[in-house]
Amino acid sequence: VTSLRIFAIGGLISYRALFYWLSVWIYVPSLVLAPIFQILLFAYIGRSAGLESDKFYVVGNAIQYAAVPCLFAMTQLIGGEKYQNTLGAILVSPAPRLPLFFGRTIPVVLNAAFVAAFSLTAGCLILGVHIPASAFIPLALVIVVAAFSCSGLGMINAALSLRIRENAVLTNVIFGFLLIFTGANVPISELPGWMQSVSDVIPFTHAIEAARELADGAPFSSVSDLVGTELLIGFVYLCAGFALLRFMEWQGRRHATLERS
Amino acid sequence: MKTLRLLAVGWWFQLKMISRSPFEGIGQVIYPLFFATVAFFVFQAGDSPRTLLYASLGAAVMGMWSATSTTAGSSMQRERWHGTLEALVASPPHFALVLLPITLAMSTVGIYSLAATLAFGHFLFGIDLTVEHPVAFCLSVVGTVLSFGSLGFLFAVTFVRFRAAWALGNLFEYPVWLIGGFLVPLALLPGWVGPIAWVLAPTWGMNAIRESALGGTPLPDLALCLALGVLYIGLGIVVLDRVLGAARRRAALSLT
Repeated sequence: VTSLRIFAIGGLISYRALFYWLSVWIYVPSLVLAPIFQILLFAYIGRSAGLESDKFYVVGNAIQYAAVPCLFAMTQLIGGEKYQNTLGAILVSPAPRLPLFFGRTIPVVLNAAFVAAFSLTAGCLILGVHIPASAFIPLALVIVVAAFSCSGLGMINAALSLRIRENAVLTNVIFGFLLIFTGANVPISELPGWMQSVSDVIPFTHAIEAARELADGAPFSSVSDLVGTELLIGFVYLCAGFALLRFMEWQGRRHATLERS
Repeated sequence: MKTLRLLAVGWWFQLKMISRSPFEGIGQVIYPLFFATVAFFVFQAGDSPRTLLYASLGAAVMGMWSATSTTAGSSMQRERWHGTLEALVASPPHFALVLLPITLAMSTVGIYSLAATLAFGHFLFGIDLTVEHPVAFCLSVVGTVLSFGSLGFLFAVTFVRFRAAWALGNLFEYPVWLIGGFLVPLALLPGWVGPIAWVLAPTWGMNAIRESALGGTPLPDLALCLALGVLYIGLGIVVLDRVLGAARRRAALSLT
């Protein structure tokens, strides 16, 4: 019961605390308007270059933009404790680490899914992209899986933020990598072989591919393997992130560098 | 002479500080390279007659704008957070002479970004960097930097009442990339976008750089770019005087 309370209530309170700084004045420009402009930018670049349809860019960028809430929020939820001077109090507590850190993931996943779904809807309406009604629920599921998958990467980033001083730069770099490697804007087949290999093992690639197929009218059963792979990738990243967090915590205690900023 | 000295010393001082900042210096140079890479792949794979040099120049100027938009919007607020705003406002020179070098230094960092993007495209994608009018190209880059800095100055004074000014500055990154015609010709955008693009100095700066590199008549575009830059400074000073006057009356200068 204690673990469940830490998981659910702890995660929720931590996320609400995020809104101390992630106010509506930051949320709307960063997570509501910016993804729409990203979709428009790449859809028009695609038109300018004569490559792929608007639907390709709307679906790809809407899902890829979930990286911003996943990466930044996860980092702020854990690494941000350092700047609020609360990290020491949390880590000195006897709370089991698994629900403590995983509980913080759920609100991030839900928020990222909302950002992606909103961007997808807005992008479709603005550019006149049609998605069959039968694809709405499967698409929603794929978006949640994509958000979960990237939150695993966010957990790794959060762990690194316990050591790296300028984590915003690293987060932007990861976002940039996802922009190129996930096939959000460039068909994977157009990337060099080594980049395609990287694409296969990072979040979003399979979710974006599945979402595009669903948006074209494919049934969910035909993309279930892609969704399963995305889920597996997310789980592996989440476990790796958790292990890295524990390692950083141990290192921080050993070298008394937990609150070094 | 004293004014010019203040501008020059302020610009150099700020440029040195920004160059050592991981976020404003390194981050702003690396980040646009990802967008440039996407643009290169898209134009390489597409069937458009536009060349990779067209994309390379557009992506390079995107980086220049990134270096300005994200950070300039919150530059006045940053002084407030550092606790230096009151001292700077109370100093004898007009505050615009203190703020303008800050935003100019930010846009100057964009030259790193421009060079990095062009070199990146050349070495990794084999993009030929033959510039038709080298002198006009250099003048266009300098003019574009000045106008970006001026627009950043206008952003800084306009957004000062907005608590999360950095988020607004960030927001303006994509729209200017799109409307400024960096990678998308204005003819492809809806007609109502045209007048907005015309009052944006980045549009003319991009045109001047592209015309000088690909062969054309860059000087009219450069003149328009600089004229708009001067207009932004004038507007910025008017807004700044009003903002500072209101802050003095309400004793709200240091409030965040």
